[in-house]
Amino acid sequence: MRRIACLIGLLLASGATAAPPADPLGSPNWEGLAKTFFGDDPVRFDDRVHVVFPAIAEDQHEFPVEVDARAVPGVKRVLIFADLNPIPLAVDFAPGRSQPFIATRIKLDQRTPVRGAVQLADGRWLVSGGWIDAAGGGCSAPPVSRVKGDWAQHLGEVRGRAWAETGGARVRLAFRHPMDTGFVANIPTYNLETVTLRGPGGADYGTVSLEASVGEDPALTLITPAKAGEALTMAGRDTNGIEYGAKLTVAAQARLAAN
Amino acid sequence: MLSRRLMLAGMLGAAALPAAAAPLAYAIVPEPVGEGLWLVRGADAPIEMANGGAIANITIAATDTGAVLVDCGPSLRYGEALMAVAEKLVGKPVVRVYLTHLHPDHVYGAAAFDPAVVAATPQLVDILKRDGAGFSDGMYRLLGDWMRGTELRIPGTVLASDHETIGGRDFGLIALSGHSAADLAVLDRRTETLIAGDLVFHDRAPSTPHADLPAWRTSLDRLKALPHRATVPGHGPFDPTPAVAIDQTRDWIDWLDKTLRDAVAEGLDMAEAGNLPIPPRFAHVAAARYELERSVSHFYPGLEADLLPRIDTAR
Repeated sequence: MRRIACLIGLLLASGATAAPPADPLGSPNWEGLAKTFFGDDPVRFDDRVHVVFPAIAEDQHEFPVEVDARAVPGVKRVLIFADLNPIPLAVDFAPGRSQPFIATRIKLDQRTPVRGAVQLADGRWLVSGGWIDAAGGGCSAPPVSRVKGDWAQHLGEVRGRAWAETGGARVRLAFRHPMDTGFVANIPTYNLETVTLRGPGGADYGTVSLEASVGEDPALTLITPAKAGEALTMAGRDTNGIEYGAKLTVAAQARLAAN
Repeated sequence: MLSRRLMLAGMLGAAALPAAAAPLAYAIVPEPVGEGLWLVRGADAPIEMANGGAIANITIAATDTGAVLVDCGPSLRYGEALMAVAEKLVGKPVVRVYLTHLHPDHVYGAAAFDPAVVAATPQLVDILKRDGAGFSDGMYRLLGDWMRGTELRIPGTVLASDHETIGGRDFGLIALSGHSAADLAVLDRRTETLIAGDLVFHDRAPSTPHADLPAWRTSLDRLKALPHRATVPGHGPFDPTPAVAIDQTRDWIDWLDKTLRDAVAEGLDMAEAGNLPIPPRFAHVAAARYELERSVSHFYPGLEADLLPRIDTAR
């Protein structure tokens, strides 16, 4: 991802650039990030990309963000990013056969726009989001497991469940990982890097690429096309090459309506 | 400088001017709630610039030797203004300030008082020494100049008994926990008024950043059994009854606990859980959505660890 971004940057520096549309959020970083993430692909702001997050950043180390682009047909990629974070990108999700829906928790280093961007098969990007106020230090405070000192004992641990719901199965995965940003003295960047979900016969239920700006002990919510009783497998890897693996079966009982 | 500020604060308090009339002056308006007992109401809102952080209720009691306060507000500026108002009201100096728990909207005003008159339980003193100063950055960030000069001051008196008699007035001191790891409730025996601190909220949603819900329930049972006729909640209006505010607090934390457990068990993400409907019976409760979103943040990771099974395959 970073290599692609650099490549795009070089291309842009060398000539033809299409300026991104004016940012309704007025972010100081919009133009630079738009060039990095979207290159010369057409970009527009579109409210059908629902970016859902709380009105208050109660914990700047674990800020919940959901991007739901199920109202948009033909999505092949979903990004979550926060303009003013030192690591702006949080996740880059290729849904495969899953829905263009992802929820997770990210770190916030200050007041910032938080956005979702989805790319369509023809290359166009649709973007939405909003500002969130936050206390500083979400990216530069040591993770709880570093303070406790037990982070290494829990690497590889995964919790999760899959629930059948209309049109598929919702999958929640929660990983133990310190997700070190590299901004804490003497602790280099170290993060869970990829998570791939597969259905029966190896069906592609999506790959999530994570950056260290995702909160400690990452949690992911995806919506797959799996049916009740079907088995799913998850394979993941962190930046030190530690492998994560998990199996789960979609519960036969349908998920209750939230109330 | 100090005395001029005190005089100014005292004049403003006595004239009951709204805060907007004079920038960065707190409007401290004691309402009588019993014989020699007044409530200074906090704003039923989040800590924000518009209210200067004055969101907690403060109680003032008159005794023969001086004024007794329960909690003292969010800042040095508030504490100074509160002292002036209380001393004018009672006609004597402030001789005791009880701190109910660690949260900065209740204790940072202590900076204005002689540490010897400020009292807390041994548990709370330990917690304030360990964690109290940690709220400072956040308070200054949210409140700016309202906080000028404010530093946490550790109480000079450690409460060793379950009651104190001050100037002929007896105060029961009930050390509990649940809203935080150390909560103090004060029972004014003369008027049989329970001053509950943040163990009780009334028509304002309970906040849970350091809550232990089972312990909170146990404490609410203890409070309900105390001999009292009326309740001063930590936030929200005076409750002239013994149980309405206590029962409402319990109803909220029971609803919250079940709602968050169900949300995890049904596969909702945190953002979705924060958007769950709030039942009509809480429609009039201030800051309900705000506190639900905060509580999701406080409890969700722990509930996921409890309720989602391990699925990792051996490496």
